[in-house]
Amino acid sequence: MVTSSILVLFLLGLTAAAVLAAASKVLHVEEDPRIAEVEGCFPGANCGGCGYPGCGAAAGAIVKGEAAPEICVAGGPEIAENIAAIMGLEATFKEPKVANNICTGGSRANLLFDYEGVEDCRAEALLYGGEKSCGLGCLGLGSCVKVCGFDAIRLNEEGVPVVDMNACVSCGKCAEVCPTGAIRVSGMTMDLLHLNKIDDCLAPCMQKCPAQIDVRTYINQMKNGDMRGALLTMKERNPLPLAVGRLCPAPCETICRRNIADDGVAIHTLHRFVADWEMNSGSRVNLNCNPPSGHKIAIIGAGPAGLSAAYFLRRIGHEPVIFEKREQTGGMMKGVIPEYRLPSKVVDWEVQTILDLGVEVRNGVEFGKDITFETLERDGFEAVFIATGAWKVPALELENAEAEGVMDAVTFLKEVGNSITDLKGKKIVVIGETNTAMDVVRSAARLDCDVTSLVGCIQRKMSANKNEVKRATELGSELLFLTRPTKFIVENGKISGVEYIEVQYKDPKKALGEPLPVEGTEQTIDADLIVVATDRVPDMTPFMDAEGNIPFKINKKTGGIDCDKTSMQTFMPNVFVGGELHTGRSIIIQAVADGRMAARGIHHFVTEGEIPEPKNPQLRVIPESILKNMDVTYTIPRINVPEITVEERRSTFKEEVKGSIVYEAARKESSRCLRCGLTCYDAEAGAEYAQDADVQKFSELGKE
Amino acid sequence: MEYFLLFISAIFINNIVLVQYLGACPFMGTSKSSDVALGMGGAVIFVTLMATAITWPLHQYVLIPNGLEYLQTIVFILVIASLVQFVEMFLKKVIPPLYKSLGLFLPLITTNCAVLGVAIMVQRNGYSFIKSMAYGLASGIGFLIALVIISSIRERLDIAPVPHVFRGVPIALITAGIMSMIFFAFKGMVA
Repeated sequence: MVTSSILVLFLLGLTAAAVLAAASKVLHVEEDPRIAEVEGCFPGANCGGCGYPGCGAAAGAIVKGEAAPEICVAGGPEIAENIAAIMGLEATFKEPKVANNICTGGSRANLLFDYEGVEDCRAEALLYGGEKSCGLGCLGLGSCVKVCGFDAIRLNEEGVPVVDMNACVSCGKCAEVCPTGAIRVSGMTMDLLHLNKIDDCLAPCMQKCPAQIDVRTYINQMKNGDMRGALLTMKERNPLPLAVGRLCPAPCETICRRNIADDGVAIHTLHRFVADWEMNSGSRVNLNCNPPSGHKIAIIGAGPAGLSAAYFLRRIGHEPVIFEKREQTGGMMKGVIPEYRLPSKVVDWEVQTILDLGVEVRNGVEFGKDITFETLERDGFEAVFIATGAWKVPALELENAEAEGVMDAVTFLKEVGNSITDLKGKKIVVIGETNTAMDVVRSAARLDCDVTSLVGCIQRKMSANKNEVKRATELGSELLFLTRPTKFIVENGKISGVEYIEVQYKDPKKALGEPLPVEGTEQTIDADLIVVATDRVPDMTPFMDAEGNIPFKINKKTGGIDCDKTSMQTFMPNVFVGGELHTGRSIIIQAVADGRMAARGIHHFVTEGEIPEPKNPQLRVIPESILKNMDVTYTIPRINVPEITVEERRSTFKEEVKGSIVYEAARKESSRCLRCGLTCYDAEAGAEYAQDADVQKFSELGKE
Repeated sequence: MEYFLLFISAIFINNIVLVQYLGACPFMGTSKSSDVALGMGGAVIFVTLMATAITWPLHQYVLIPNGLEYLQTIVFILVIASLVQFVEMFLKKVIPPLYKSLGLFLPLITTNCAVLGVAIMVQRNGYSFIKSMAYGLASGIGFLIALVIISSIRERLDIAPVPHVFRGVPIALITAGIMSMIFFAFKGMVA
């Protein structure tokens, strides 16, 4: 029985083995061995981020030549190279991407109702869009966490997803399942060129800033001690934080939500603090740049707009070359804006940061003379960005306007410290209501001369910032509001005085329209020097052809070149414009913003040939984000920035008026930031300073 | 009528997995999503039919005449395992679309106890060849139905607030137990 059992099983096994062996020969299916090899290179997560159903299908597509070797999103450049080696191809550069959560609110948002249904964001979103009052915030049920095949997302204690940058492979599953769009996958190019959209979570400050700087994030990073992170956040939008931190009139602060509670956050001061931290540390924070793409772009003018465009273009991988007429790089920042507002060595440091990325500057090359659009095109430049600024002060249409002793503001500011060194006891009249006029007043007052300024309107109608006007008057100069020059008086071929007339609005209370002269109020004042600072306009002569025609459309109101509002493209498709050449007299942050928008336009133009219209761009302040009242717990006094005394200012040009602040002070100021979302905010902001003597609860104010 | 009762009996009253507790491993392992459950159920039906078709004649015409019935279990395992391997290769070559939909599951059920159980049970009950095939088909369908039901429940459970300790297999086992009790209610439907 044992023998027969063994025999039967042995025979049966032998038969089965023989059949299978024969079948494996007969039924063998030919497979390209490279498919298995390529599949072996993959991480094998079957995440589907490449668009194929699983790694096997992707390997098949690569071997068939339908897909590129760098298709795998989960694999890094090493894997792409291995695959390229198997296929005998060259792996091209693939920009790393990462998922990130744009919602900072989460638990802060008000609830519309209490949701107790299925624990899945998509299910909750089906019910009136979810329980949160904010339509674009995170619902916090973690669908993204469940769907992530790489364990890269977790929910933090506030119920908001946090992405582990090292584990994330940017397969995009989380973004796919998120019903509100709070999770997005982006790479550096997208991060740098992103324009605000109305469905982004935008705090009021981020909407108001022309450059769209992520104020909330960098303030919070700085508060948590992540100075490097804060600087990098700023540099995603602003390559000139040192200059902007000193010159910007800070529109963001005026719209800050904290104004409703007490005073707006000193965003501008914190901006400068973070930028100064890098400069004072003596070493530059490393900025990632994509490898060269081979696209050459010419930039005319090395001012803020030109530098900004060059910076963004270089970081996303293009090769910009800046052509600058002057020997100095930095435009108005260098040599025109006075030292006590923006020291020259600060500009040099900042410019060097940008040049270190691999941006080339050719000084002493004048557009229209040494180069033209034709020569640039011949030299292989695929696009040109023109940003020559607004340096021309239009002459006044008055008697003797060209006489000796009349000077324009830009020349005056350039020459202070060069040919103009001694004005002691001289009488100077400054005409104009611009920031430039205030700079002239301040510089002249420091040279110890008697300064009178003729301002053609009332103070709140001036285009100069309040702060600038305050600084001008602090130095003892006289500002004559509602006056207008009528005649320059000349003696022996030289200016000796100005005749002016008082002007008044039709309705002095409303102060609308152009003020009209009041008859019989003519007066004369003595003057040794008259500085005209009524306006600055772009100089169009470099762009004129032989007959004096300009190939662009000029905006009558600003005197600048008209272009597309988001791409900065002019009527010549390969020419882009930005800065004061486009806007007319404006602020530095606008030039920086123009540079970035032009970089976006140029990037799409040189890589795709056409520039996509941005979807749902945020063009004006979103009404629902402007709150009427707020419920904030703590009131903390706004930071006091140390300044040098008026007496000290009289004797020096070198020292900055505004001093720097220390980290503890900056931290306390940043604790005033409410980390606003579109509608939500931190009501308990500043609780960590509740013990300080100057910090009080709003509820206890006035009870003592 | 006889076959109708056989079908009802095999699918509901004597459901192979919920009443007879055969094939519990794939019942737990491949019931996380209904797509996978469908594929697995289809594969089980296919293999059960194949296995019955080959083991019935083997038993009737080889084992019984030679008095080797006591080798039934081990011979069936060997034959079914080889058969599935062969079928896999055959499908890959001849019917690639079917291989793509079932291929992943075939190796999983080479000697699944539900398959082996059907093969042995038809012999024990003394069914004819046709009846055996019908019984195999019905048992496979019963397995498919049970698998699809539990996978749907588990998909729904994934997004339910299940206490942490019960997450995953524990709650699935509890669910399977409850389902099993429900199927017991079919007892007595057919005399």
